[in-house]
Amino acid sequence: MSSVGTDTPAVQHTSHEEDTGLWSWITTVDHKRIAIMYFATATAFFFVGGMEALLIRIQLMNPEQSIISPELYNQLFTMHGTTMIFLVAMPMAVAFFNYVVPLQIGARDVAFPRLNALSYWIFLFGGVYMTLPILFGVAPNAAWTGYATLTLPQFNPGVNVDFWFIGLSIVGIASLAGGVNFITTIINMRAPGMKMMRMPLFTWMTFVTSFLLITAIPVIAVAMVFLGFDRVFATTFFNPDMGGDPVLWQHLFWIFGHPEVYILILPAFGVISDVIPTFSKKPLFGYPIVVYAGVLIGFIGWGVWSHHMFTVGLGPIADSFFVAATMIIAIPTGVKIFNWIATMWGGSIQFTTAMLFAVGLVVIFTVGGLSGIMHASAPVDLQQHDTYFVVAHFHYVIVGGAMMGLWSGLYYWFPKVSGRFLSETLGKWHFWTTMIGLNLTFFPMHFSGLFGMPRRIFTYSADLNVDIYNQLSTVGAFIFGLSALIMTWNIIRSWRGGEPASANPWGAPHLEWSIPSPPHHYNFPAIPTIRSREPLWNASEREEVLAATMQELDEEPVMPNPSYWPVLLAAAITLAWALVMTGIWWVILLGTLPVLLCVFKWAFEPPFPEGH
Amino acid sequence: MRLTPKRHEVPESTWRAGGARALLPRLVMPLMVPLLTAGCGDADQYPMSTLNPHSDFAEIIHSLYVSIFWWTMLILAVVWVLVAVVVVRFRRKSDDEQPKQIRGHLGLEIGWTVGPALIVVAITIPTIQAVFETQRPVADDALLVEVTGHQFWWEFHYPEQGVTTANELRLPVDRPVSLRLESNDVIHSFWVPLLGGKRDVNPEPAVREGREPGANWLHFTPQETGVYRGQCAEFCGDSHALMAMRVVVDDESGFDGWIERWHASAGAAVPDPVNGEDGSAGDGEVQVTAAENGAPSPVASSTQVPTEEDPQVTVGRELFLNSTCTACHGIQGTPAQGAIAPNLTLFGERATVGAGTLENNEENVVRWIMHPQLIKPGVLMPGVDTPGGNWPATGFSEDEVRAIAAYLLSLK
Repeated sequence: MSSVGTDTPAVQHTSHEEDTGLWSWITTVDHKRIAIMYFATATAFFFVGGMEALLIRIQLMNPEQSIISPELYNQLFTMHGTTMIFLVAMPMAVAFFNYVVPLQIGARDVAFPRLNALSYWIFLFGGVYMTLPILFGVAPNAAWTGYATLTLPQFNPGVNVDFWFIGLSIVGIASLAGGVNFITTIINMRAPGMKMMRMPLFTWMTFVTSFLLITAIPVIAVAMVFLGFDRVFATTFFNPDMGGDPVLWQHLFWIFGHPEVYILILPAFGVISDVIPTFSKKPLFGYPIVVYAGVLIGFIGWGVWSHHMFTVGLGPIADSFFVAATMIIAIPTGVKIFNWIATMWGGSIQFTTAMLFAVGLVVIFTVGGLSGIMHASAPVDLQQHDTYFVVAHFHYVIVGGAMMGLWSGLYYWFPKVSGRFLSETLGKWHFWTTMIGLNLTFFPMHFSGLFGMPRRIFTYSADLNVDIYNQLSTVGAFIFGLSALIMTWNIIRSWRGGEPASANPWGAPHLEWSIPSPPHHYNFPAIPTIRSREPLWNASEREEVLAATMQELDEEPVMPNPSYWPVLLAAAITLAWALVMTGIWWVILLGTLPVLLCVFKWAFEPPFPEGH
Repeated sequence: MRLTPKRHEVPESTWRAGGARALLPRLVMPLMVPLLTAGCGDADQYPMSTLNPHSDFAEIIHSLYVSIFWWTMLILAVVWVLVAVVVVRFRRKSDDEQPKQIRGHLGLEIGWTVGPALIVVAITIPTIQAVFETQRPVADDALLVEVTGHQFWWEFHYPEQGVTTANELRLPVDRPVSLRLESNDVIHSFWVPLLGGKRDVNPEPAVREGREPGANWLHFTPQETGVYRGQCAEFCGDSHALMAMRVVVDDESGFDGWIERWHASAGAAVPDPVNGEDGSAGDGEVQVTAAENGAPSPVASSTQVPTEEDPQVTVGRELFLNSTCTACHGIQGTPAQGAIAPNLTLFGERATVGAGTLENNEENVVRWIMHPQLIKPGVLMPGVDTPGGNWPATGFSEDEVRAIAAYLLSLK
């Protein structure tokens, strides 16, 4: 691997000035360390969600099994969905935003470093808060979509749903703060000369995703507050007997929920839009088109939510509108696919693991996209909705799209993060076990769905004749689980023992590859000036950039102070939300006091060392 | 736990020989059938197949699906072939290669925007036609059935016929049907794949004065007699997986006969002491009876009392009609007029017990009455030693339960 792109010398970077103890990690505001913590935590939750999936698959391996009780099964599938979306796919993308975006735009950190740390700690605490109840059999149990009226106290009197709406409310704060942070960072902190249309695609997609976050998360927050009031204070937003409307929940949920799908997939599109050109030695084909397609997806993504609700009975006019909008959004997605293929066409393709995952995304995501076209047709959806066909569809999109893209990014940027390569041999094992595992798990689900197996059922009748598909799915799930173990072993092994990597081991064009691997804690000794989209691919520009980025400084730039207020504030916010479960108004009010205290102390803490 | 033992009454297909359960056909056929998409599978092999339409509604959906299927296969083929070509042709041969730096091509961009756009239009137009086509009543004289979803069973009420039944919907063949869907608790979804798509069964929000309550509807015409499987398709709680149903599509006379038997049934067989209007339990406002809807009074039915009756049935009847069972369950023509649990009129004719959970035989009915919650978690019916919903345990002995089961199974 080291044979590629050795145009910049490997710099032996010693972080003599950096503290590496546990306390330094807890109080860190360095975007790179926060990114590593995000990735590690999301990977841990990936194993939690994966275990839940394996238990589901064991129960469904044969018809009419009773290995797992219906009550526990319903908690398992609810938490599998909730975990994988809110605690794995989203934060793992945020890990990449955090690490890569400041480096790609030539910034020394994000705009609000302490807020960034707060995002992480809130995500961690909220995630743990939602995950622990499964150990006691009181986990959320009303599906990740939490449709009213099943979530109302009269039908769900336990604490299960309380953990869900409170947990998601907490985690939502992290996403909201993250969105604000990245929008501000990208707008304000780009290196001189880096116009918007010179930004790498990953930064672009982070930008679009961040807008989706700050616009979509408030909608789910409103829904959660309504639900919380219905549950805790006996309001009737969703209670039909009292004039409320359960369908209102579905609108709120999916107005958030569909942009959420693009929150998951656009970062992956961003990753492979950087990876494919690098390993094809060709600039991205149709850069402006790919950017605009991403932006357009972000916009149209707001007008398609009711395609999740074709069976609700909204009437033919509403159904037709959402059919048309959904069909339209398929076009920019298709355009991206063709532009990636055109980027590779005529290129010099090197099949590193990162590139394999990127090509894998193009191949596998397309399957999910096309089954999506099938149930974008409302009448067809009346048959496919809430069956395993839909389960197959969105796993192809989320695993075959979002996760494959992020794993591509893992192999691509790992040398930058650690200064070492991930093992390519283990990487190829990871890739092929993923491909086999995910296809073996999810492809047969198309058939079990078409043959009438509904989703969210803890068992099914032998008469449906779908045993064989379920058995294949179960075997596939274990192979997929194996692939995750291989990936984790690769990371652990390569973190210290991998082959050393140079500053730009892949010969990539963007700014993050102009600084040592791993970077200084201040990223850039001096901020370079940018003159094109691929600064490291133009010989003259590269020299200017490297002169700025590879220099040795006598005096290090001033970086923000570490702070323990983010972790304390995150704990206070989690506690305040958890107290909502008591339902006692003065306890809930008292619970906000630590939050106010932390905000106050935070506000008066000097962000930079004395004298700066 | 055996869920649904009763096979379809749809005739066995001729090509499926007895030995067809061998591994190879089992693997190959299921994969081939959906891939070929057209005219697939017999109802017996895949009783919930979405690819085997038996109504006009299902037909429209299926032909739409088939056309979209081929469009998507075309796109998939194009993408996969292009990727395959790229992967093979442009693999790096040496590190010194310097490919031509092409940044884009307007014509190509327009091409792969317009091409997919045209396909999308070709899919959207018939889709919207089908959207409107499938959401209007099939005919003015359609048979009206009011479907009520409960956790975790189905109630079917025929307002024109004055008939109420549960978990087994009976329909005449070739006659348009309109189902009015409403839930009593959480959201369910009515789905019988062979007869068409699903539609959510929503709890109806209270409406302001002067506005129509907005229930959902399904309109279709069953085209073939047979027994069709259905299942709740919207997650509705603990036993969502066990909220199944059967739709029995019969010819006109069979259907009419069933309506007649319903009105004439068990009531007439009840001995005098408990006959008539002096029933003790549940004859208040919750009644859903024929009389309410102006149908002929069932009491004066001409059905003969069986001259020789199994003594166990007699004991069971006594037990049932004098227990709290009648607070929730109704049986036509008896004082049992409860209307919050499945109506048990003609129970002996049903294929399953527990909303499609168990085959309807004596052993299973006994199991069900003894411990319903073991079979179906979250069910509101009390068992012999466990309370259910707001009801205390029934406290029946096993012999008493056997007698009740015998009585219920005698309701034909």
